[in-house]
Amino acid sequence: MRRRWALAGLLAPPLVWLVVAYLGALAAIFLTAFWDTDSFTGLVVKTWSLDNFALIVTPTYLGIIGRTVGIAALVTVLCAVIAVPFAFFMARVVPSRWRSVIVALVLVPLWASYLVKAYAWRAMLSPGGVLDSLFGATTGFGYAAVILTLTYLWLPYMILPIYGAFERLPESHLEASADLGGSAWPTIRRIVLPALKPAIAAGSIFTFSLSLGDYIAVQIVGGQVQVLGNAVYQNNTLDLPFAAALGTVSVLIMVLYLGAVSRAGALDSL
Amino acid sequence: MKHTPLVAAALLAVALSGCGSSATTTSSTSGGTSAGTANQPFTPPALEALKALGTAEGEVNVLAWPGYVEDGSTDPAVDWVTSFEKESGCQVNIKTFGTSDEAVQLFRTGQYDVVSASGDATLRLIAAGDVEPVNTDLITNYPDIFDSLKKQPWNSVAGVTYGVPHGRGANLLMWRQDKVTPAPDSWSVVFDGSAYRGAVTAYDSPIYIADAAVYLMATKPELGIKNPYALDATQLAAAADLLKAQKANVGEYWSDYTKELQAFKSGSTVVGTTWQVIANLALADSTDIAVTLPKEGATGWSDTWMVGAKSTHKTCAYKFIDHIVSPKANAAVAEWFGEAPANKKACAETTDPNHCATFHADDEAYFSRVYYWNTPIPQCLDGRTDVKCTDYATWTKTWTEIRNS
Repeated sequence: MRRRWALAGLLAPPLVWLVVAYLGALAAIFLTAFWDTDSFTGLVVKTWSLDNFALIVTPTYLGIIGRTVGIAALVTVLCAVIAVPFAFFMARVVPSRWRSVIVALVLVPLWASYLVKAYAWRAMLSPGGVLDSLFGATTGFGYAAVILTLTYLWLPYMILPIYGAFERLPESHLEASADLGGSAWPTIRRIVLPALKPAIAAGSIFTFSLSLGDYIAVQIVGGQVQVLGNAVYQNNTLDLPFAAALGTVSVLIMVLYLGAVSRAGALDSL
Repeated sequence: MKHTPLVAAALLAVALSGCGSSATTTSSTSGGTSAGTANQPFTPPALEALKALGTAEGEVNVLAWPGYVEDGSTDPAVDWVTSFEKESGCQVNIKTFGTSDEAVQLFRTGQYDVVSASGDATLRLIAAGDVEPVNTDLITNYPDIFDSLKKQPWNSVAGVTYGVPHGRGANLLMWRQDKVTPAPDSWSVVFDGSAYRGAVTAYDSPIYIADAAVYLMATKPELGIKNPYALDATQLAAAADLLKAQKANVGEYWSDYTKELQAFKSGSTVVGTTWQVIANLALADSTDIAVTLPKEGATGWSDTWMVGAKSTHKTCAYKFIDHIVSPKANAAVAEWFGEAPANKKACAETTDPNHCATFHADDEAYFSRVYYWNTPIPQCLDGRTDVKCTDYATWTKTWTEIRNS
C-alpha cells in the first residue's frame, strides 16, 4: 500500500503539469475559438458562435494555411535531401574517432540563439551581404529566404535521427546485398532507404512542426510573406478568439501529420 | 482508468475558462455599450481619479513608444530618466511597443502603470476600463500644456480628462538620397511608384489603411473622403485596392523600428513611411536618408500619458507623468523622437532653439494637414449619418486580406 502511495506521489507532479499546462492550455484555446470580441475595444465577449471557423474557410485564410503547409513541406523535403547523404558520410565514411567531433559540430548551431541565427541570415541575404558579394546575387527577402533560413535552422533535427538509423543499419545487410550482386543503387533503394524510412519520418516531425509554427524567422527574412503564425500573432492583439481558431488549425494539421507518420513507424524510432 | 486523465483535463479546462471569463465579463459589458452618438460612442465604466499623492511606491512600470522614455541604454548621452529615479525614489521599468494594437494588448495584462497611448488606442483603453481618469491638479506641469491639446476627443470623454498630452507629430516619407532621385514630395512614390519595385516599405498595421485614405483624399476627390478614419464600405474598398496594388512594390512591411532602420541602412528598402526618430537614428548611423511631409498631408499622432486603473504604483505613475511632461524632459523627448512638445515651456529648453518652429509646436494650420491616429467606429467620425462607416475590426480583416492578396 505504501509503495502505491509513493508511486502516486512520484507520478502526480509531472501528470498534473502535463494535464494543466499542456492539455488544459489546448482546451482553453479551443474553447476561446468559439467566442467573439467587441469590435471597438477588442475585449473578449462570451457569446458562442462558429463565426471564427466560418471565416477561416474563406480564400484569404485558406491561402495562408496552404502557403504555410507548402513551406513546411518544402523545408522538410530539403532537410531530408541534405541530411541523408550527410548522415551517411558521418556514420559510414568518417573514421570512427572523428564521428563524435562531427556530431558535436552538427549540434553546435543549436546552442546559438534562434534570433541570432535568423538575424544572421537577414544580414547575409541583404544587398551587399555575404551571398551578394560571393555570388553577385541574393534571393532578397521572401519565400526563398524563408525556406533557406528554416532549412538551416531545423537541419540538425533531421540529421540526428538519420545518423542513428545509419549506425543501427547492420554492415552485414550491405554485404549480403553486395554478395548477391546488388550494385549501389538497388542497395540504396531496397536496403538502405527502407531502413531509414522511420528515421526520416521521425526527423520530419520536428522539421515540419517547427516550420509550421514558425513566424519570427518569417518576420525577419520573409519580406511581405505571411504564414499562419503571423496571422495568429496579428490577431492575438486584436481578436483573440479568432487567433485561437487559427491556432487550432495548426494543431489539427499536426494531429493529421502525426497520424500519418505513426503508420510509417516513426514514433517507435524517436 | 485509461480515460481518467482526459476527463480531468476537460474538467480543468472548463474550470480554467470559467476563471478567465469571469474576469472579462465585467469590463466587456461596459465596453460593449453601443448606444451613443458619433461624438460619444460609448459610456466608460465609472472610475475615480486619484485624490491625492501618497508616498512613492519604489517603482513604476512604463509602456511607451520607442524613444519616449530613454534611460541611457540606447545611447548613454540620451537619458532623462535616471535623474528622475534618484529624485523621486521611483525605479522606472521600460517596455516599448511597435503598434497601438500591441500597446492595448500589453497594457491589458495589468503589468503596467502608465502608457503613452496614441489616438487609436486611447478610446479603446478608456471604454474597456483599462485606464482611469487623471486628476490634473496633481500634475504641476499641466497648466503649461498647450490648450489646443487638452480635453480633445481622444484624451477625454464627456468632459472628463483621461490623460496628459505628451506631444504630436506626423508620419513622414523617408528615402535613400543616393538611390531615389529626384527627391519625392508626394506619397505617389510609395503608392504609384513602380520605379522602386521591391524596395518600398509600409507600416505593418491595419491603421496604415488611413495612409492610403489620406493619399486618396488628394488624388481621388470623387470618393468624398473627409476623414481618413471615417471610411464607408466603398471608400475602404478603394483604399484596399490601392494597398493591394502597392503590395507588388513592397519589399517588406515594418512594425519593429530596428528592422526598418536596418533595411534602409543595407539598402534593401529605399523609400517608405517612417517616424522622425527612425530618421534621426539612421542619420546618426550615417545612412544617406532624408525625410519630408508630403504635399498630400499625412497621418500622425497626438499621444497621451494614461494611468492604469489596476496600477499599484499610482503615486509613482503621477510623479513619472509630471516629470515626462516637465519642460526639460518634454523638450528632450521632443528632440530625440522628433515631434512637437506638448509643454509650452519646453520650447525654451530644446538644444536647437528652432525646434518648436521646425516641428510646428503651436501651428494649428500645419496640424490641420496631419490626421491623428484614431479608432475607426461604425458611427462616422466625419459626422455623416446617412451611411455606416467601417470599424477597426473590419479594417483588421481587410489588412490581412491586403497582406495576403
